[in-house]
Amino acid sequence: MPGAAGGINAIWGISTEVIGIWLAALLTLAIYSFLYGDNPVYKVAEHVFVGVSAAYGAALTYHLAIIPKLYNPLFRPDLVPDADEPQYILIIPGLLGLLIFSRFIPRYDWLSRWPIAFIMGLYAGLSIPRVIQTNILKQMQATIAPLLPVDAGGEYLLFSGFENLLLVVGVVCTLAYFYFSLPHRGVMGGMSRVGIWFLMIGFGAGFGNTVMARISLLIGRIQFMLYDWLPTIGIHLGSGPGVG
Amino acid sequence: MWEKLLYFDRRIIFVLIGLVVIIPFLTGWMVPHGQITPSTQNLYNEIESLEPGTPVMLVFDYGPSGMPELHPMATALTHHILSRDLRLLGVAIVVTGPSMCQDVVAPLAEELHKVEGVDWVNLGWKPGGVVPITQMGENIKRTYPSDFQGRPTNELEVMAGIRDYQDIGLIIDLASGNAPGAWIAYAHDPYKVKLATGVTGVMAIDYYVYLQTGQLCGLLNGLRGAAEYEQLIGKKGFGFLGMSSQSVAHLVIIFFVIIGNIGYFTVRRSRQRSE
Repeated sequence: MPGAAGGINAIWGISTEVIGIWLAALLTLAIYSFLYGDNPVYKVAEHVFVGVSAAYGAALTYHLAIIPKLYNPLFRPDLVPDADEPQYILIIPGLLGLLIFSRFIPRYDWLSRWPIAFIMGLYAGLSIPRVIQTNILKQMQATIAPLLPVDAGGEYLLFSGFENLLLVVGVVCTLAYFYFSLPHRGVMGGMSRVGIWFLMIGFGAGFGNTVMARISLLIGRIQFMLYDWLPTIGIHLGSGPGVG
Repeated sequence: MWEKLLYFDRRIIFVLIGLVVIIPFLTGWMVPHGQITPSTQNLYNEIESLEPGTPVMLVFDYGPSGMPELHPMATALTHHILSRDLRLLGVAIVVTGPSMCQDVVAPLAEELHKVEGVDWVNLGWKPGGVVPITQMGENIKRTYPSDFQGRPTNELEVMAGIRDYQDIGLIIDLASGNAPGAWIAYAHDPYKVKLATGVTGVMAIDYYVYLQTGQLCGLLNGLRGAAEYEQLIGKKGFGFLGMSSQSVAHLVIIFFVIIGNIGYFTVRRSRQRSE
């Protein structure tokens, strides 16, 4: 966070960095204690995580959005580049933002619908045409592939042809599985069964990637314990491989 | 025996996974590298093809939870971008992004003797999600009048000659959420700027379809993508070392999946026989 430097650097002679590392290490061990079984230490760490995440997000939003984007342009224009006078137009979004908090007052909670309606309208207007173009039309276009592709010299590209055929079969059969207006018997039944195979292969690839991602999180924590925490108790394994 | 094996204490698996993840870090052992996937190679080639001085926008759309997979990617990409003398613009549409950018780019820039404001800049975070992405298509400096440190962007040397996406050679979005979808829809498609992404393993499957359509020119898939990129730039880092742990952990998981399935079918058959 800008301007964060120059704060407290040590508490009782211990640097805040070391205290932070120890807190993170103890909380990591507390979270992993769940693998042995549910326990109060895990519960404390879980609640601390939720609270700190919410507070961290709120603090960052305050320092990086409310102050530079609203407070400074309105009350401290001298701190805003290319602005000599207060930008009063920002009162409108500021008020709209404040109206969200009317949810806390039951009598006036209807006022929160105004900013929500504004956000919904803005995002619907921005999103609908773009999402149709990006996620539907472009994908449909990519599915319309030649089954007998040739290169610039007129040579038939056997593997590309097979890939395109697989693509068409996969799309049609998977769509057949989700088509419920006809009974899944005969040709339709066969196509939907092939569709299930394509879906299963897709789910398998997704599951494999999820396993990789979850193990990566464990690796990240172990890297922290080995290269950040152990040195604070005098055990040095080096600074890690490093990219530089 | 199989019946016992099916119901044995799963904490044994946790301990085994923990051990196989730790051992490569303690021993420095690295698995032999495999083939580089085309999506990683394409991103590398794209950066190699850029002229020195070309601005590259590196988007940090992740927070601490994405660090294990995305920090090694960001480190390798930053190293490649700065060592090729390209201009690096750090951007974020996720509030935790600027800290990630500072954490990765500042030390590497110092090591490579690159100056903040001249060779690279952390433009910080802008609220609104797709709104700043759309705004940058019209004017980047108006979207970011000041950088993360509060310096006016129109006075920064690194921003000279940059107006909108047409002046950006490549955008790379590193994300742990669905931000790449927004960059595809609001930056690549309307403004035709080249776009690549690096995502966590969980997200990667969702973005392969955009490679096929040409909406993405490259994709780094989780820790594996990071390791491959480190291999390409010839600087093995945490991605590569992490992949050693990852590979052995996968072997252990595959072993238990096979044992579990053999046990399941053996027990089922013996029960059917006894009935």
